[in-house]
Amino acid sequence: MEDVKLMKGNEAVAEAAIRAGVDAYFGYPITPQSEVIEYLMAEEPHKRTGMVVLQAESELAAINMVYGAAACGKKVMTSSSSPGISLKQEGISYIAGSELPCLIVDVVRGGPGLGTIQPSQADYFQMVKGGGHGDYRLIVLAPSTVQEMADFVELGFELAFKYRNPALILSDGVIGQMMEKVVLPPQKERLGDEEIDKRYGSWATTGKKNGRERNIITSLELKPERQEAHNLHLQAKYKEISEKEVRLEKINCENPDYLFVAYGSSARICQKAIQLAEEKGIKAGLLRPITLWPFPSKEINKLAEQVKGILVVEMSAGQMVEDVKLAVNGKVKVEHFGRFGGMVHSPDEVLEALETKIIGG
Amino acid sequence: MAENILTPEEIIKRGELVFKKTKLMTDNELSYCPGCGHGVAHRITMEVIEELGLEEKTIGVAPVGCSVLAYEFMNVDMQEAAHGRAPAVATGIKRVYPDKTVFTYQGDGDLAAIGTAETLHACNRGENITIIFINNGIYGMTGGQMAPTTLPGMKSSTSPYGRDINMMGHPLKITELIAMLPGTVYVTRQAVHKPGLVRKAKKAIKKAFELQQENKGTTFVEIVSNCNSGWKMTPVDANNWLDKHMLDYYPLGDLKG
Ligand SMILES: Cc1ncc(C[n+]2csc(CCOP(=O)(O)OP(=O)(O)O)c2C)c(N)n1
Ligand code: SF4
Ligand SMILES: [Mg+2]
Repeated sequence: MEDVKLMKGNEAVAEAAIRAGVDAYFGYPITPQSEVIEYLMAEEPHKRTGMVVLQAESELAAINMVYGAAACGKKVMTSSSSPGISLKQEGISYIAGSELPCLIVDVVRGGPGLGTIQPSQADYFQMVKGGGHGDYRLIVLAPSTVQEMADFVELGFELAFKYRNPALILSDGVIGQMMEKVVLPPQKERLGDEEIDKRYGSWATTGKKNGRERNIITSLELKPERQEAHNLHLQAKYKEISEKEVRLEKINCENPDYLFVAYGSSARICQKAIQLAEEKGIKAGLLRPITLWPFPSKEINKLAEQVKGILVVEMSAGQMVEDVKLAVNGKVKVEHFGRFGGMVHSPDEVLEALETKIIGG
Repeated sequence: MAENILTPEEIIKRGELVFKKTKLMTDNELSYCPGCGHGVAHRITMEVIEELGLEEKTIGVAPVGCSVLAYEFMNVDMQEAAHGRAPAVATGIKRVYPDKTVFTYQGDGDLAAIGTAETLHACNRGENITIIFINNGIYGMTGGQMAPTTLPGMKSSTSPYGRDINMMGHPLKITELIAMLPGTVYVTRQAVHKPGLVRKAKKAIKKAFELQQENKGTTFVEIVSNCNSGWKMTPVDANNWLDKHMLDYYPLGDLKG
């Protein structure tokens, strides 16, 4: 029997984490994602699976706890929202530089500064382009349903361990807070310490048993030649990820005249706008990037040849639109429509923007 | 009585083993200035881990500071933490591996300035880790800037006329603060600039690691150390200065346990 529940996106992430056999969660409360740690604390997963849940003294501490535990070959995660993610950036850069697998969840709220607690997509630059220092990349998954909030936990870990790279679920306050039906995955067993040694003993700090060489987790290279070599290695890895791991969804893209590009909750609003457009005889499609990095540039470029114009719809002043423009490379008109600071666009507004900025513009 | 002095060859011939480097120190050349206390503190820490048979279950955390490369010298599994974050990193390790032995090795800038929150909260939670805290009253690695532990009137590159406590506040006795936290089980202040003190410091470190095996809470060993480069003194003058001034403000001995 399917295990179906009505849950908030934040709760779905938490429950999916327990079921994915996650070893530890470290976090610090911040709206609109505090339900993640609240759910975990109430659920007492140490009784269900032995999973550790700890409320840290800050996001800085939480991400560094993730670093320490991830460096042991364990399945570890944290979650936060925009201001908290800013604090985590130092640690994220270290985790990426040291090539550690882990999962981070960002339930974005409006900024800059303390901003609002309402939903936003204004962390796109921060999470997709870096945020922390140095040349690194996060694998960024953008859910648009509560179901995907749950599903992307395991997917995120799968990719994180496959490439020894931090993965991120970039969500927003709408999806974090809204309740939907979700089919929960079956309970996976946590890996035993012996299994961890077998799988990750070549790099993880598990104690240097049986005469093996010591393992060192570091992102430091004193010699620039070696740092450059390390960076080249990272870039080769990122190239492989870009080639193999692009994920996207296309809706109504068989023969559209116009294209929306939107992710997360904006994509859902665009879906409604497509229906409204149809009623007016306007054929519009939607390309929804599921991975924001790697970005579906090739697919967008292909579609650009078939449509008369592209409208990028974001809850930001215009961030992903830069990547769409790069992908389209001037082939067709690309415009941006955004509401921000915690405001969410209505489908009517989106359709109106398509009509004024693209069709009539 | 010059004829009574044994040459090294004669000592070796008589088969008297005077000193043996622990196998838990690598053969890598130490990156520390001659006379620096870091090397001694490394050695006695690793000797303790070997003597207690903890080699296969120990995970250490190096800081950012002169001992950033501690993992080049300490022959156990090691992680390199961001500046000040070692106690949070160690918390992460210990929480997923409660049966392993986990320690951090941190300087005074790392532990008592940028990492104060991580340090106090790890100790307050009573994480079952051992913290080795090298207090040399200065930022050695970055070229001798003022630390939270720099003594009043002490010159550094960012207090060139001496630390003015009206402007910069008082040197932070963080070890005294830590001793007040119920999460800590053993808090002590030691030094390594004299042979007798080295033996005492080693005993303290041993006690700390032994207590960690009993899961009783955080164990914390401060080592008041020198920085001849940062202090702009010869190694001998630095040790004399340490003895005379540092120990006055940071008196040696157990604060708790
Ligand atoms: C976030 C960050 N800020 C500043 C630095 C520069 N920095 C490196 S080591 C250090 C001070 C180290 O002093 P201490 O912890 O006392 O160690 P020591 O070198 O004296 O042993 C500073 C400020 C850094 N690496 N990272
Ligand atoms: S700069 Fe100071 S702390 Fe660093 S190695 Fe030299 S003497 Fe030691
Ligand atoms: Mg120092």
